[in-house]
Amino acid sequence: MEALKQELKKNIIEQINLEDMTVEDIANEDLLFGGGLGLDSIDALELIVMLDKNYGIRLTDPKEGRAIFESINTMAAYVAEHRTK
Amino acid sequence: MNRNVYINGIGSISAQKTFENNEFLNEFVDHEAQVISVVNPNYKDYIPPAAARRMASGIKMSVVASKIALQEAGLEQVDAIITGTGMGCVRDSEKFVSAIIDDDEQYLTPTSFIQSTHNTVGGQIALELQCKGYNFTYVHASNSFESALIDAKLQLELGEEHTILVGGVDELGEHTTALHKIINHIKPEIVKASQLLQSKTEGAVFGEGANFFVLSNEKQPSTYAEVLSVKIYNTLPKAEVAQAAIQFLKSNNLEVEDIDLVVLGNNGDVKFDSFYDELISKVFNNTQQVYYKHLCGEFNTASSFGFWLASKILKTQILPDCVKLNHVNSSAFKTVLLYNQYRGENHSFTLLKQC
Repeated sequence: MEALKQELKKNIIEQINLEDMTVEDIANEDLLFGGGLGLDSIDALELIVMLDKNYGIRLTDPKEGRAIFESINTMAAYVAEHRTK
Repeated sequence: MNRNVYINGIGSISAQKTFENNEFLNEFVDHEAQVISVVNPNYKDYIPPAAARRMASGIKMSVVASKIALQEAGLEQVDAIITGTGMGCVRDSEKFVSAIIDDDEQYLTPTSFIQSTHNTVGGQIALELQCKGYNFTYVHASNSFESALIDAKLQLELGEEHTILVGGVDELGEHTTALHKIINHIKPEIVKASQLLQSKTEGAVFGEGANFFVLSNEKQPSTYAEVLSVKIYNTLPKAEVAQAAIQFLKSNNLEVEDIDLVVLGNNGDVKFDSFYDELISKVFNNTQQVYYKHLCGEFNTASSFGFWLASKILKTQILPDCVKLNHVNSSAFKTVLLYNQYRGENHSFTLLKQC
């Protein structure tokens, strides 16, 4: 699970171009949206595509996304359970 | 009566260190390459990190050049933003199209698509400045900047706007550059910038950059020059270039002898630099001449760097050695003619006058 969390952090930094951040800068429990990393709705779309492309997970319900993308912990738990690749 | 148009502030990001307006080519970076990139300022000094992370290089360059120009003109806002760009945000276009191909039209992300359009630059500048005025982008190959300039000049002359930010920007894209190498638009060999015109090979050294200018009806202490006239041609046969230049001067009540300096867009392409030779040896052989594409590289809006160079020379009355093309020396620079073309097409003549 820890390896998956590190991988997700790396993918997020790359996918949404968090130029000045490293994996170490993101704590597992940091809020990704709102406060924390301060991501926005366009970033949410980028993350949805990233889940589909890298893990074969298709999110269709935006409300579902809100809970999944709360933190690295919640994302990793969801990916571990639902990944198809 | 038409109002005058003045250049009140300038901002340049180029392959030279041009973003400091209190310097003027103090250090000539003598690049040795087929393609040259810009000398980047510290973008964080000008753009908040949250806004910068989605900005392509061309947008960052343009936003910073715009802010520098506005600051120099003593403005926080302009009435209009007019941008010229040949290729727009080509890196994001490449990224988006590559993703379509590589991922078989699946998994397309919004950011590169949103940022891939030509008018993204003008839009992002407007967002940074919170400018809700007229915002227009001209895409017209190597006449893109001049097209933007003509629009700005007409609006200022007619009093429709009072301050306009106008500029030219193009960024290098890896795939596009590779294509230009294949079709020999880029020189086959590595060339030292200072030896560009001696290369005697086909193609140009490609570059990138953003040059923005605050134009206004009002002359002020920061004013660089007055924009007298701009004329563009899509096609102009080589044999007619000299006559077109003379006619352009005549239409502005000027003779060849009235011109103190000619700023030429020679890029060292042995196939097309002969267009410039029509002016160099037949019309302006007794006039001081300068060139600049060895400093900034060739790109669709490289002529905006020539416009920057002419503005600096007119204001400072200093002419750096690295741009001299001939051995004629003018005692003062009062009226400057710029001429540019790319691959024998999209020619432009621009006249600037000392204030």
